[in-house]
Amino acid sequence: MTTVSVVESLRQQIATCETQLGYLRQQLAEAEHLQQQRRLRGEESVRRTTDYDPLAHDMSYGLSDDFRSEIFAALSHAEEEQQEQSVQRWPLDRTEYKRYGRQLIMPEIGLQGQLRLKNASVLIVGVGGLGCPAAAYLVGAGVGTVGLVDGDVVEESNLHRQILHSTPRIGMTKVDSARVALNSLNPNVRLISHPTRLSPESAIATFQPYDLVLDCTDTPASRYLISDTCVLLGKPLVSASALRTDGQLMVLNNPPRAKGDGSGGPCYRCVFPKPPPPESVVSCGDGGILGPVVGVMGVLQALEAIKVITAEQPGVNGNSVRPTPADSPSLLIFSAYANPMFRSIRLRARKPKCAACSTQASVTPDALNSGSLDYVQFCGSINPVNTLSANERISVDNYAKIRMEVNPFTGMEPSRDSHILVDVREKVQFDLCSLDGSINIPFSTVSSVLTKEASEVESKWASELRSHSDKPIFVLCRLGNDSQLTVKRMKELGLDNGGQRWIGDIKGGLRAWRENVDNDFPEY
Amino acid sequence: MSEEKRKDAVQVTVEFSGGLEMLFEHQRKLQISMAKKGEEVPNVAELVSHLCNDVMKDSRKDLFVLDGTVRPGILVLINDADWELEGEDQYELQEGDNILFVSTLHGG
Repeated sequence: MTTVSVVESLRQQIATCETQLGYLRQQLAEAEHLQQQRRLRGEESVRRTTDYDPLAHDMSYGLSDDFRSEIFAALSHAEEEQQEQSVQRWPLDRTEYKRYGRQLIMPEIGLQGQLRLKNASVLIVGVGGLGCPAAAYLVGAGVGTVGLVDGDVVEESNLHRQILHSTPRIGMTKVDSARVALNSLNPNVRLISHPTRLSPESAIATFQPYDLVLDCTDTPASRYLISDTCVLLGKPLVSASALRTDGQLMVLNNPPRAKGDGSGGPCYRCVFPKPPPPESVVSCGDGGILGPVVGVMGVLQALEAIKVITAEQPGVNGNSVRPTPADSPSLLIFSAYANPMFRSIRLRARKPKCAACSTQASVTPDALNSGSLDYVQFCGSINPVNTLSANERISVDNYAKIRMEVNPFTGMEPSRDSHILVDVREKVQFDLCSLDGSINIPFSTVSSVLTKEASEVESKWASELRSHSDKPIFVLCRLGNDSQLTVKRMKELGLDNGGQRWIGDIKGGLRAWRENVDNDFPEY
Repeated sequence: MSEEKRKDAVQVTVEFSGGLEMLFEHQRKLQISMAKKGEEVPNVAELVSHLCNDVMKDSRKDLFVLDGTVRPGILVLINDADWELEGEDQYELQEGDNILFVSTLHGG
């Protein structure tokens, strides 16, 4: 970030805080005004009593001072008692009746449901695309305590989907930004900040005080950690995820029975005993995400949380309410562009040999607290691609020289026609912005297998490149990984004429190009 | 269409979700015919290897199959139920079955 934008961001943050401060001052003024009015009304009612009541008349004019003060004391005591009674008279505050009226009149919630919400505490891990809508609905519904865990700060690219954050709060921690929005939505909810990334060492202590956990994170490692912690502490877990146009939702460890108790709900490890290979894991940053898709999933998490919290508790006779078939473990799949959009899948029960929730579990509180469970290692990580030798690669600075100056390798004059620039980003990205003169051969096309039917289609791009066999080929992508794999593939296909033609990749891709050569090239 | 009526083959619907469709040329739904070997009915394991070897054109095979079975992180659902409820890859295909492959998502 440049200094200018830091200054601007700070200015905006100050402006936001000042707005918030102004809002709080206004609230304080209103509250003081209300208090003043109540006091005045109280004094007035006493005066009225004094003015019009015959007894008061006697007290004012016909009784001794001592007796009068005794009566006054008794009367005011009675009034206090009445006030106390009015506090206890209704199970909810009058403002709560008003605020939650529309859900209170539903049999699914009712008075008991609202009281359960009020007494509940929910931990939301991740205050992003899922966490924002989930938190908004839970705070709106009057969940008593909501904890927020996130170590990130608000970025501009978050705002199309992370609805609690706002443009002036870019750069603020997500937890603080969410607090501002949630507090103004419903100031009656107690909000607890955990402005750090969840770690195995801190997970148990963080989760302990809460009744229910929402997994709104975005990595496999955090999903296993959150599930394991919920199993160890016996807390139900509402887990959701989203990517591109799809979303998935599961209620796990519900009911949260003891280890090895088959009547308890399955955990994340029962459903996914092994983590996916890291190269199959796609983030929203790489794959894309449509705002309402992740929004739908976050809203559904809030809904499932409300259902779990307000569910009938074990009956007075000790008969626990049996889960109905609809409550049996399931995975809800949302596909925005499929018909139907929603699909519910029956999941397995607890896995008898599950590493977390069975009697043979290897996941223990000690293992977690000591940090001996390495979730990042368990899930693996992708190393940046580094498959080419140094002479098959060129830096963005040197490539810029080729475009604008004499080629340092061949001594060729700068010319668009002197070489072929292949951009292997998918077409949709290529259409957003590209370098002049580059041609688009998407990586998915490059990496598809040569089958008999496909060979004709494939030969189009390959034969096109073959027809200019004298020109070196420079391969470019977004970050510099796919470009290397493409160079390898082109050489496998013999496009380098057995080493006669130079084929190489531009290191660091368009990100490096923007950083080192052309600051004006759009970042997306 | 005559193939549908064939008694020596089983017709099933195969669906992809969670991004797996991208490995199958963005097709979400396929009709697959699996030949019977005499009296032997093809099972899900054979369907998976057919999909991987004959249907999938993307070279990134290990994003679908790893160590001879569907890779970790993909749920296989037989008629909307986890295949673990149906005998996993030994489940014998029946005419009209719906086999759904779902890749888990992690974004949020």
